[in-house]
Amino acid sequence: MTGQAFPSVDYGALAPVLIVLGGACVSVLLEALLPLRVRGRAQLGLTLTVVAAALVAVIVRATSGAAPVSTLAGALAVDGPALFLWGTLLALAVPSVLLLADRSVEPGGAFLADPVALGEAEAAEQRVAVGARAGGSSSARSSGGGGGRPGRSSRGQAPVESQSEIYALVLFALGGMLVFCAADDLLTMFVALEVLSLPLYLLCGLARRRRLMSQESAVKYFLLGAFSSAFFLYGLALLYGYADSVKLSDISLAAAGSLRPDSLLFGGLALLVVGLLFKASVGPFHTWTPDVYQGAPTSVTAFMAACTKVAAFGAILRVFTVAFGSTVWEWRGVLWVVAIASMVIGAVLGLTQTDVKRMIAYSSVAHAGFLLLGAMAITPQGLSATLFYLLAYGFTTVALFGLVSLVRGPDGEATHLSAWAGLGKRAPVVAAAVTFLMLALAGIPLTSGFTAKFAVFAAALADGMAPLVIVALVVSAVAAFFYLRLIVLMYFSEPAADGPTVSVPGPFTTVAITLGVVVTLLLGIVPTAVLGWADGLSFLG
Amino acid sequence: MSPTIYLLLSALLFAIGAVGVLVRRNAIVVFMCIELMLNAVNLTLVTFSRINGSLGGQIMAFFVMVVAAAEVVVGLSIIMAIFRTRRTTSVDDANLLKY
Repeated sequence: MTGQAFPSVDYGALAPVLIVLGGACVSVLLEALLPLRVRGRAQLGLTLTVVAAALVAVIVRATSGAAPVSTLAGALAVDGPALFLWGTLLALAVPSVLLLADRSVEPGGAFLADPVALGEAEAAEQRVAVGARAGGSSSARSSGGGGGRPGRSSRGQAPVESQSEIYALVLFALGGMLVFCAADDLLTMFVALEVLSLPLYLLCGLARRRRLMSQESAVKYFLLGAFSSAFFLYGLALLYGYADSVKLSDISLAAAGSLRPDSLLFGGLALLVVGLLFKASVGPFHTWTPDVYQGAPTSVTAFMAACTKVAAFGAILRVFTVAFGSTVWEWRGVLWVVAIASMVIGAVLGLTQTDVKRMIAYSSVAHAGFLLLGAMAITPQGLSATLFYLLAYGFTTVALFGLVSLVRGPDGEATHLSAWAGLGKRAPVVAAAVTFLMLALAGIPLTSGFTAKFAVFAAALADGMAPLVIVALVVSAVAAFFYLRLIVLMYFSEPAADGPTVSVPGPFTTVAITLGVVVTLLLGIVPTAVLGWADGLSFLG
Repeated sequence: MSPTIYLLLSALLFAIGAVGVLVRRNAIVVFMCIELMLNAVNLTLVTFSRINGSLGGQIMAFFVMVVAAAEVVVGLSIIMAIFRTRRTTSVDDANLLKY
């Protein structure tokens, strides 16, 4: 307690965060002030401008050689890894926003909040799905009454315009992610966790098609997410009791020599890590992942799968390295079990899936296990490997979900595996792109997946985790089976007569998918540029 | 009275909340149990603040309250939305997504 001095604020270092959160506030204002007709375009333009400006700010900061600072009284640390993660998040946000904005695949966009505005077909689908439980369609239809939207077109005309609130929500979520992976004390980390999660819960429930599944995924994600953040918070409280501070560096100092019982330290760590691993969809804390990935609108899934994982692992890396680096030998054994569980669950349950989105979700659980391998090796090599993996995995995933959104049946996306049979004949370009990305997820050479896995496994091996690396290799082989199964299905099966159509993507989706594929290829062929940047980064404190 | 007893009380409240989340079927009640867990954390923070003789824990309790309020807004709106289409808030009935 040193008087009332106002903490110094390094605006230059904070610029990306300020731009994104400021942009989010402007976006809310635009939502209220602009007429409906121009709102969607204006919001999209604003969002892309904000993300690009923030990305430029990150690049300027990273190339200026400015010393790492801890600003806002030690709440945020803008150091090498933080800038790398910010760059990754903002770069991933560009294709994600483009996917969210797409109108070519789903007329009017994929989002709709007001159930009354649903089209005829959608209402019929609901009637069937809700059936007896809802007590007939009349109750379901009349319930959403009131609140007439001025621009709502009547039934049978052009589809109702998509929600433009999604852009504000995405910007807030992105701002939360930026803060989350740079937070240098646990309280800031908790607030950022909520700022990134709350908009995501809402985004999950806004699908135009298959609203019941979408809403169900939102409820599940919300209840489980709030449950896990309560664990995070209890961990924070115990660590506060142990170290009399929630700053990561103070916890590290206290862990080096404190009179308080270690049970507070390790109990706090355990609860804290549960909250973090949940967000990263690792291992036994993954149960929400397949449901939410499947139920949420695909463009939201792309954003969530790529960016949330980056932010969560950024925070995990920082907490492990800065706060608990000195006690690593006492807690790492537990994480061995978690990493193995995550890899095995992801690979084995991935085998049994019949839905493409769920399959990718289980694959993401397996990948989270691999990432944890790199994060547990508290070495510079482990850090740079994990950062590279996050970048590579993010772009692959965004492009893959972009492609999933193109394969459509009469009632929206056709995500069942059987619908993908013979896609190679129907749509050779889409099938080729999916094949390439699947190979990247499997970790075949000349894709970013291979380089990333190699870097992470090498780091883990160098840090004495040989048994884990062996498990990871076996699991990679098992997981390759279900990636290859999809490829075989696309090329060597006859297409069904009433199979899905493959939409011709509009410019937004095309750019997003191309970006993901090109980055996946480039990181596989010339990884040294990015690996060189990731190398030699270290956390402050 | 030793402040340690408040730590035990808050741990008990937290456990009650956690068990409630796992066993209750109504989404609203599940949500209330989560709020109970958050408030148990607040009690822990304030107690540690007293034990450590620093004010940080009490400030943090305010942060938690604000975040919890924001969570209520989002949570109740999501539960409202699903109630409008399904006419129920039972988490057992939300079973389209599984395996």
